[in-house]
Amino acid sequence: MTNATLLSAKNLSVRFGGVLAVNNVSFDVKQGEVFTLIGPNGAGKTTVFNLISRIYTPATGEMAYLGPKGMLNLTEQPPQNVASLGIARTFQNIELFEHASVLHNLLIGRHTHRTTHLWQDLFFTAKVRETELKAREKAEEVIEFLNLQHYRDSFVAGLPYGVRKVVEMARALCTEPKLLLLDEPSSGLNVEETDDMAFWIQDIKHELGITVLMVEHDMTLVSKVSDRVLAMNQGEMLAMGTPREIQTDPGVIEAYLGSIDDVSSLRRKVNGDTDLEPSNARGAQA
Amino acid sequence: MRFIFKTDYAQDIQLAKHSGHVFWYSALMLLLLAAPWLFAEYWLAQLTLVLIYSIAGLGLMLLAGFTGLFSMGHAAFLGVGAYTHTVLTNMGVPFPIAIACAAGLSAAVGMVVGLPALRVKGIYLGIATLSFGFIVEEVLARWESVTGGNAGIHVKKPDIFGWVLDSGEQFYFLCLVITVAATLGILNLLRSPTGRAFVAIRDSEISAQSMGIHLAYYKTLSFAISAALAGVAGVAGALYAHNLQFISPDQFNILQSIDLLLMIVIGGVGSVHGAFLGAIFLISMPQAISMIKDYLPATIGQAPGLQGLVYGLVLIAFVLFEPMGLYGRWLKIRTYLQMFPFYRKGMFKRQKSFQKSDRLK
Repeated sequence: MTNATLLSAKNLSVRFGGVLAVNNVSFDVKQGEVFTLIGPNGAGKTTVFNLISRIYTPATGEMAYLGPKGMLNLTEQPPQNVASLGIARTFQNIELFEHASVLHNLLIGRHTHRTTHLWQDLFFTAKVRETELKAREKAEEVIEFLNLQHYRDSFVAGLPYGVRKVVEMARALCTEPKLLLLDEPSSGLNVEETDDMAFWIQDIKHELGITVLMVEHDMTLVSKVSDRVLAMNQGEMLAMGTPREIQTDPGVIEAYLGSIDDVSSLRRKVNGDTDLEPSNARGAQA
Repeated sequence: MRFIFKTDYAQDIQLAKHSGHVFWYSALMLLLLAAPWLFAEYWLAQLTLVLIYSIAGLGLMLLAGFTGLFSMGHAAFLGVGAYTHTVLTNMGVPFPIAIACAAGLSAAVGMVVGLPALRVKGIYLGIATLSFGFIVEEVLARWESVTGGNAGIHVKKPDIFGWVLDSGEQFYFLCLVITVAATLGILNLLRSPTGRAFVAIRDSEISAQSMGIHLAYYKTLSFAISAALAGVAGVAGALYAHNLQFISPDQFNILQSIDLLLMIVIGGVGSVHGAFLGAIFLISMPQAISMIKDYLPATIGQAPGLQGLVYGLVLIAFVLFEPMGLYGRWLKIRTYLQMFPFYRKGMFKRQKSFQKSDRLK
């Protein structure tokens, strides 16, 4: 694993009306690692993704990305340029092209590699034919990598949820990314499919050498594949470290489960005046 | 049932996927080439009209069916094309140059109209294009020095560098050549990256964008191509009136726009075949209505709005029972015949699609 920084976010903040969705978040993603964002609902994880794919513009802060010609300021790039810089993403609620076949979806993923112009397309010249065949070959590589042969010509609208998740990842891989953003790759998948997903994420990292930035809730998957984890809550950074460090971090536990103080304020009062100690509370219930 | 054994990636990008395609489309082409000798003059004129509507339909299909942008003012592009051509030919410009200019100006106007499409979607885009249709109609009526106003303008016969097309057969072949060229162009676009970008925008703008598709460019492009085809159809329509040789603004009003939209919805949104089936439907419907008119009670048969009523009912029926249009119905019939007797009832049951992300909209 090289240690060069691929993506570096500094002091990112986004505000939607009165909500500070992301507040002063900074992190570095190193080349070749799997970096995971975790946090409760509304922590701002997907917002960070939308910042990186330039759907949102940060109110403050900036992002630097190691492009083909060295570090560049990602914040200045228009959203349609992000893919050609080598950043591909999937969506939490799956945004596939539903009325097209799986193969068609993957070929759309090759869009940034198109070399022909409108007039060539209109007459379907030999050059278009040649690039189409090349695109198909690349798409077939991805199909083989993710075992999608069976679904190649199926329409996405008729596919089960689990397969769609894989197809979306395949489409992202077709762009030949350097950085792959996976938004909750295991949501809606069963245990077996989640295991497959973990396997593929590891393969993507080791075999294809693609850096992965993901948002994930399933801690088994997170600890299996992640090198580093950033925990967020209410738009702020809570802790960063290895999956193991994060799982034992008191701040993270508090964000997920609440603190002992939160519980005591909710506790039923007996005789109207005295708070019960935890041990007594158990006794009172019995 | 036909099973295609695929041995080469090139097979998937061929236009004719198997020998059946080659056979049937060749047969259709032969029939169309022989049509002037097979059909009476009246039916040839109707066939010409089908071809003209198909050209406009192909354009609107690309825009509405493949890019997902509905235009309710498409007749305006017909008008721009028809008037540009007529004004130019009356100034003595040869036909091929005039038709190219008509297509070019329509495309330019289409780009301008496409600008709101970058911001508004769905029904709001419909309203924006609808008002554009009214503006063009009004301009054609008021700009009397150029367009002749409501009185209309005379159209010259097409003159291809001295060779005047003055018979119905010659005009039919002109329309046939344009239709075939337009169809091949659209089919080529649809199997190339440009066409895939259109489909991507239709199905999910947000992920099209993150796949590197420049939304503004492709939406404007779709509008431009669609308007150019409508402009060419407008020229053909202006020439079609060969017994009248006359165009006026009310030929390009909202009813014409609705006819075009009706045509692609009934033909089948999202299929190239749909444009042709819709055109056939649109041309044959008035004939069918006038044929059954005599068998209906006089109060219904002679009522003035009968055609509008029938169109409305047919459209509602299609939206409710066959949203995929005539082509969708044909696909079902074909599958039924191919699979007979193993067809299952639930095969084409529509499935509820998964909730799309509304977080980003």
